Amino acid sequence: MGVTKIGTAVRRKEDQRFITGRGQYTDDLDRPGQAHAVFVRSPHAHAHVRGIDAASARAMPGVLAVLTGEDVAADSVGGLICGWMIHSKDGSPMKAGPHPALAQGKVRYVGDHVAVVIAETLIAARDAAEAVLVDYEVLPAAADTAKTQAADAPQVHEVAPRNTVYEWQLGDKAATEAAFARAAHVTKLDLVNNRLVPNPLEPRVAIGEYEPGTEVFTLHTTSQNPHVARLVLAAFIGIAPEHKLRVIAPDVGGGFGSKIFIYAEETVCVWAAKRVGRPVKWTSDRTEAFLCDAHGRDHVTHAELALDERGKILGLKVKTIANLGAYLSTFASSVPTYLYAPLLSGQYDIPAIYCEVDGVYTNTAPVDAYRGAGRPEATFVIERLMEIAARELGVEPVQLRRRNFVKSFPHQTPVIMAYDVGDYNASLARALELIDYTGLAKRKRESARKGLRRGIGFSAYIEACGIAPSQAVGSLGAGVGLWESAEVRVNPTGSVEVLTGSHSHGQGHETTFAQLVSDRLGIPIEQVSIVHGDTDKVQFGMGTYGSRSGAVGMSAIVKAMDKVIAKAKKVAAHVLEASEGDIEFKDGRFSVAGTDRGLAFGEVALQAYIAHKFSGQELEPGLKEGAFYDPTNFTFPAGMHVCELEIDPDTGIATIDKWVAVDDFGNVINPMIVEGQVHGGIAQGVGQALFEGAVYDSAGQLVTASFMDYRMPRAADLPSFTVDMTVTPCPSNPLGIKGCGEAGAIAAPPAVINALTDALGHENIEMPATPQAIWRACRNTPAQLAAE
Amino acid sequence: MVAVNMTVNGKPASAELDPRTLLVQFLRDHLRLTGTHVGCDTSQCGACVVHMDGHAVKSCTVLAATCSGSQVTTIEGLANAAGLHPMQEAFRENHGLQCGFCTPGMIMTAVDLVHRKGFALDETTIREELEGNLCRCTGYHNIVKAIAAGAQAMAAEGPAQQVAE
Ligand code: FES
Ligand code: FES
Repeated sequence: MGVTKIGTAVRRKEDQRFITGRGQYTDDLDRPGQAHAVFVRSPHAHAHVRGIDAASARAMPGVLAVLTGEDVAADSVGGLICGWMIHSKDGSPMKAGPHPALAQGKVRYVGDHVAVVIAETLIAARDAAEAVLVDYEVLPAAADTAKTQAADAPQVHEVAPRNTVYEWQLGDKAATEAAFARAAHVTKLDLVNNRLVPNPLEPRVAIGEYEPGTEVFTLHTTSQNPHVARLVLAAFIGIAPEHKLRVIAPDVGGGFGSKIFIYAEETVCVWAAKRVGRPVKWTSDRTEAFLCDAHGRDHVTHAELALDERGKILGLKVKTIANLGAYLSTFASSVPTYLYAPLLSGQYDIPAIYCEVDGVYTNTAPVDAYRGAGRPEATFVIERLMEIAARELGVEPVQLRRRNFVKSFPHQTPVIMAYDVGDYNASLARALELIDYTGLAKRKRESARKGLRRGIGFSAYIEACGIAPSQAVGSLGAGVGLWESAEVRVNPTGSVEVLTGSHSHGQGHETTFAQLVSDRLGIPIEQVSIVHGDTDKVQFGMGTYGSRSGAVGMSAIVKAMDKVIAKAKKVAAHVLEASEGDIEFKDGRFSVAGTDRGLAFGEVALQAYIAHKFSGQELEPGLKEGAFYDPTNFTFPAGMHVCELEIDPDTGIATIDKWVAVDDFGNVINPMIVEGQVHGGIAQGVGQALFEGAVYDSAGQLVTASFMDYRMPRAADLPSFTVDMTVTPCPSNPLGIKGCGEAGAIAAPPAVINALTDALGHENIEMPATPQAIWRACRNTPAQLAAE
Repeated sequence: MVAVNMTVNGKPASAELDPRTLLVQFLRDHLRLTGTHVGCDTSQCGACVVHMDGHAVKSCTVLAATCSGSQVTTIEGLANAAGLHPMQEAFRENHGLQCGFCTPGMIMTAVDLVHRKGFALDETTIREELEGNLCRCTGYHNIVKAIAAGAQAMAAEGPAQQVAE
């Protein structure tokens, strides 16, 4: 058993249990004496709740309790919170309405939580939920992002006039206006960034438990960040003291952001477990996931790009209305502000940027972070503008990008970010080679001969990952720090357990993190285990999102390992009777410099624990170290994705023929896992561009509430991808890692739409570009478009 | 309540059930075979695929009561004492899974696909045949590779693999 080096495509340690059906997802767990919860949900988007008659439901067989907003209030269960304070232009704090776990007199979206039925069996709970009679006074709904700020729109929360949560801005307005005044050319774009439902394949699940003897609560839940869940449930919702609440997120079947947030259901399960005196389990069905998991995107944007006569960008201005839904979810406020506008500069040197964002309430499900979170929206704005500007100026899109790339680093953008390192020309050049750009004209002719229209689309993306330096995010309104923790426990036999505050729900931490430890400590990967997802085991951690597990989570492990090595050197010095300064550690061996005397890592571990060779007063026995790592900067993964597709004008079907991704993620620990992350991200981005869209009708009914109506990308919709990498190591963390989890989802949508519009010969198509939309767009002549 | 009797992974399994009980609920809740997953409520995702009398079925769409007398194989019954099924091994070798939630259904579908279409599967066939299985993590790229490789490996193992079920 050798050492597994950083950079090798070692197969995943976690796979054995998943391929044999031995994974332990939350729904696979049943607790002794467990009862089942079913929520009574609002069928209306907006209504007063005049009364709830639960008498007959309570009398049904097997029913243990029916709880409502009155019970929540009586027990002083706090409301759900939004953990990021955004201030409006005028300095006023955002206007956040109350967000009770169960409705208090009013419901604000279809699926809103009115009551919960707890019964012996799931079937009994379902039957009883149907028997709860709710008297609704239905109100008109504000369901449309673009119209919700109208004076006559229904008001979602009293505290937020015109349904406006904040009117936020970033950048220098005067400088941007001045840039536009000098412009030789201005490209304008109106766009809708379509609303998406994250849909990890595993629906959310919560099991709450209460042990009266010890007064300890336990929550098993599908979470990307169990410690944050515990903190919020303890400190804000107030249902249990932090030290008496254990949160466990076992195997989690994908998250993509939607499992970051602290929802009503887990809150209710923990609270109800004590009230009912039984463990309470809730398993979401897919329809509930559609209705109530936080959605993503949903922007209406107007953007303008100012260029000089040579095609050099002078300025960018953007006005966005961002739908936040009916309540502010845990990080909702930050997504269309600080995760969005700071990325509008893209890979380009833009001297002046000004962005305004209105965050708005509507009678729709809460909107929060979904894979990429703000950065896909920003990339879509700038990459569509670049493509259209190039076409308007008659310049090759590739050429316009090259002309404007940031070429020297560090580069301070006008919107907060300081790009540390990158080589955008390199990823572009490699992508052009891989897509065979020189053969494009010929391929277009061949497609035309078959009656098809071929198009190519580019997307040069950048993202800010490795989230994030705590001081920086604190100054921007974050309620938490975004460091990460690690603890490295070396056992007397030399095996190692690493406790991390990161959480894996598909990313493969059990492999990548173990690979890092194997490489650094020189021990076989089989002797390393990664522990995560349990607040009783891991002291604290911030969890996994924002492509932070590598750059932040692994940096914490490196820091802890450095401490372990330093301590082990002291132990080795005693055992080898040498001075500490003479001890070298290399390839898993501690040796005395210039001699052949040395000890294997495992031998030193044993010596550390038996403590026979040193005095316990001089040196503490044991070998275990912890570290908190706070990043000094964001990381800036960037790259070039190119989509080449064919449209069949007779059917409107777009078939992606080639996909080239050249990403710069800095150093890579496991290329197999990184490529897998890119594949999955691209699929979600293509889904957004071509298929997916959450649609509410004017009454606020979600008309896409199942996989029958919401078109998920399937295998036959996608090609195999060509994925390659260029590397500029990240200078701000010890491993040089930038992060890779969101790149595909960020890069893909504009690549697809730029390819479609290239094939169509006009810009008049929105996401999702369904076959019907494409078919229509194929019939638009320039004359028709001008007349519109 | 209705009585059901079937064979699951080679062992007899029987129970008195609410007639509304789905096969997947019987497998998960009564037999504690939790490798078969539920990802939707409209028979669209394929996380629940098992083999019934040698054919792939979506166990969320079958009432347990209608399965009496049937032979059911779940993901837990696919590996035998000799080790992993070649399709399981192929998923690991080709990184055909991330969160693993779709994986049992994908593997059961893939084995059925090989039984139906043979060992030489091209990319288009595999992609089309995955019509009933959703994966949100992998973008399908490595699942397609895994299935092609798994099919080849099944060919190498020969007919023994076919009779195992
Ligand atoms: S659970 Fe989705 S198809 Fe069976
Ligand atoms: S691996 Fe997560 S859904 Fe397929």
